[in-house]
Amino acid sequence: MINLVEICDLKVEATTDSGRRVEIIKGVSLSIAEGEIVALIGESGSGKTTIALTLMGHARPGCRISGGSVSVAGKDLVALTEKQRAKVRGTEVAYVPQSAAAAFNPATTIMDQVIEVTRIHGLMSPDEARTRAVELFRALSLPEPETIGSRYPHQVSGGQLQRLAAAMALIGDPKLVIFDEPTTALDVTTQIEVLRAFKAVMKKGGIAGVYVSHDLAVVAQIADRIVVLKGGETQETGTTEEILNAAKHPYTRELLAAFEPKPRGTVSPEAARGSLLKIEDLVAGYGRRQADGLPLVRAVEHVSLKVEKGRNLGIIGESGCGKSTLARAIAGILPAAVGKIVFDGKELGRSARDRSRDQLREMQIVFQYADTALNPAKSIEDILDRPLVFYHGMDRKARSVRIDELLDMVRLPRNLRHRRPAELSGGQKQRVNFARALAAEPKLILCDEITSALDTVVAAAVIDLLKELQRELGLSYIFISHDLSVVEAICDEIVVMYGGRKVEEIMPAKLKAPQHPYSQLLFSSVPKLDPAWLDGLAQDPELVRAYCRR
Amino acid sequence: MNNPVLSLVLSRLLIAVVTLLIVSFAVFFATTLLPGDTATILLGQAATPEAVAGLRAAMHLDEPALLRFLRWIVGLLHGDLGTSYANEMPVADLIAGRFINTLKLAGVTALFSVPIALTLGITAAMLRGSLYDRIVTVLTIGVISVPEFMVATSAVLIFAVYLKWLPALSFANEIHTVSEMLRVYAMPVITLTFVVSAQMIRMTRAAVIETLNTPYVEMALLKGASRSRIVFRHALPNALGPIVNAVALSLSYLLGGVIIVETIFNYPGIAKLMVDAVATRDLPLIQSCAMIFCVGYLFLITAADIIAILSNPRLR
Repeated sequence: MINLVEICDLKVEATTDSGRRVEIIKGVSLSIAEGEIVALIGESGSGKTTIALTLMGHARPGCRISGGSVSVAGKDLVALTEKQRAKVRGTEVAYVPQSAAAAFNPATTIMDQVIEVTRIHGLMSPDEARTRAVELFRALSLPEPETIGSRYPHQVSGGQLQRLAAAMALIGDPKLVIFDEPTTALDVTTQIEVLRAFKAVMKKGGIAGVYVSHDLAVVAQIADRIVVLKGGETQETGTTEEILNAAKHPYTRELLAAFEPKPRGTVSPEAARGSLLKIEDLVAGYGRRQADGLPLVRAVEHVSLKVEKGRNLGIIGESGCGKSTLARAIAGILPAAVGKIVFDGKELGRSARDRSRDQLREMQIVFQYADTALNPAKSIEDILDRPLVFYHGMDRKARSVRIDELLDMVRLPRNLRHRRPAELSGGQKQRVNFARALAAEPKLILCDEITSALDTVVAAAVIDLLKELQRELGLSYIFISHDLSVVEAICDEIVVMYGGRKVEEIMPAKLKAPQHPYSQLLFSSVPKLDPAWLDGLAQDPELVRAYCRR
Repeated sequence: MNNPVLSLVLSRLLIAVVTLLIVSFAVFFATTLLPGDTATILLGQAATPEAVAGLRAAMHLDEPALLRFLRWIVGLLHGDLGTSYANEMPVADLIAGRFINTLKLAGVTALFSVPIALTLGITAAMLRGSLYDRIVTVLTIGVISVPEFMVATSAVLIFAVYLKWLPALSFANEIHTVSEMLRVYAMPVITLTFVVSAQMIRMTRAAVIETLNTPYVEMALLKGASRSRIVFRHALPNALGPIVNAVALSLSYLLGGVIIVETIFNYPGIAKLMVDAVATRDLPLIQSCAMIFCVGYLFLITAADIIAILSNPRLR
């Protein structure tokens, strides 16, 4: 049998800013049969998207296919001219982008963009195309399939846009659809619906697919075969069952291990020495103040919580639930409108301006994106120097010694101190970001989604580091995340937020049996490594309607 | 659906009116700061103090400045621009003919420069990094750096003095045939096109390149769209706001700032009228000219703003 796709010894070169040529795909071969879904999995920079795009004969600006062949349905896309490639795109191979929100042109209606493929290639009349699009909308279980097309992209939700992007890909009846991390930007509760819709449509049409992802659990639900990539090379190829149950390559095992639940051991009783932070009835938000003294848009509504010394609190919830605003209000960056913040026995000012330097020192915040939190013009040394001068007034020599200590603490080589953030990897930058918070010698560190921009394996290492530092330094963390497994791994108590309110407070040991219906929905939506998970998952449709803005 | 756009547009218009009021205030008081007393200048050094006082009273020059300002504003609102001090003619009559000349020059220049600039800007963006793009970029930077009197004088030297193809001076009133019109307008239009196009080319190129780097343009490419479809259907509509703004800024320059070009070519436009008025300390004429420049500028900028609002579906 001839395969639909044959990639043979593919090489892709990238030209760096300094004009050097680097091989980013180093001879990858793979094949896809008709109707088969193959997942490309690996960390960022492993070349998975680059390989997927070559299936359309496309290389991003600065990149060039430098060798090998990519044959789809008998045509070698590497050898075709740009015009001939354009004919293949949308008709034989179609693309579902990572962020549909960015991939839809904001200036035209959704329907125009969905049927654009048929218009470009003259596949059918616009009326036929519209009818077909509405059928696809229905098959992808989009709401109001008749009229959703007349809206503009900003008028529908992220989960809906992602499915509309799939409709856009399927309208030209392609033989192969490339999914480029299509659910990464979605909340877990939304992800389920989107995955189900993709799976149903692909199975029904017998369409072959390439599913690019860094999330093994998601891939396990949809792929027949998995290709594990690292550094532009294939590490391991096998059926989904084989990879999940009998991975041979150490890198694959590392990926799998990052999924193992690592519940935090029981906290020794002496660690709990009374309350460190107590928040009562906190309200915070944005916009003009109303007559009642409350802001126009309230992102956090009447939240109370408590952190004990040496223990960690996790805050979990979907995007927009107010968890980051809560962190900003606690840190005083966004002064709360109402509420009491008691830290270490003393009530704190609502605004950071009203707090003493020592109070500021004892509570530090670490932001999600180390890229934007670190000044790109300063060396690591200067970045870590700043809190040492500001909070401790150390002299030059003491600071230099302390910076070495800090770098040791976050397991970074000492000679990194002369580099700038741009020269570091994502995981290293996040460590520097964390070291800066440690430099203040705080009692409490607010971690706002600090692992979400990192790859699974790197994130797991950062979490281990955090745990170790806690043991050594007796810190407490407030750990904000949308990722349940991360919070579970490090926290003693978990607060679930929804719509600005705290809906439940739960101990990790009892995660299997949450009380509040939203927590039940949220926890049951986290993908599991079991390929049968999605098909076997039964969620109460009432709940889904009540809590999901799908 | 109508409301947010309507209120945005209305607020832009309101801002324009308020700006105009502030500008008129500034124009009026700036001109009254000009040294010298108009009555004395008009009557000459030998005039008796009584005659000067009488003229001052007749021209309301003895009233407080604020009162004169209000009188002037009310007059403006009634379409009465006042009477020229220098030759006793209504300012409106003096300006009318000149303003039409200026509009003609601006119109002809816009007719040439806007399509040329947009074409060059868009094609340079499409072929970014190519030799063509680099040539266009270098030339536009070159043109921006050369002052307009340099361009104008060079044009006169080349076309009028050496080649003797065109007249060195423009007399817009002596046009009878199309070829005469071309000859008269050629040099001022070439000069002004040079001056205003450069900025438009650069802004258009930058705006289009920015939208060409977006994921939705890559998506269009992966749908198999041709290069022109990508640019015209996906990139341009989203780059419209900045482009329209650049065009408006450049064109507003034509309405008021062409003093140098009009003077060099002796073109009877409104800018030249204003320069002459300053020389004779003809306050009503100066004020009216300044107001016309400001109104033209505000009109173009507000129009660009409104087009940008209407082209954004998020606001529609």
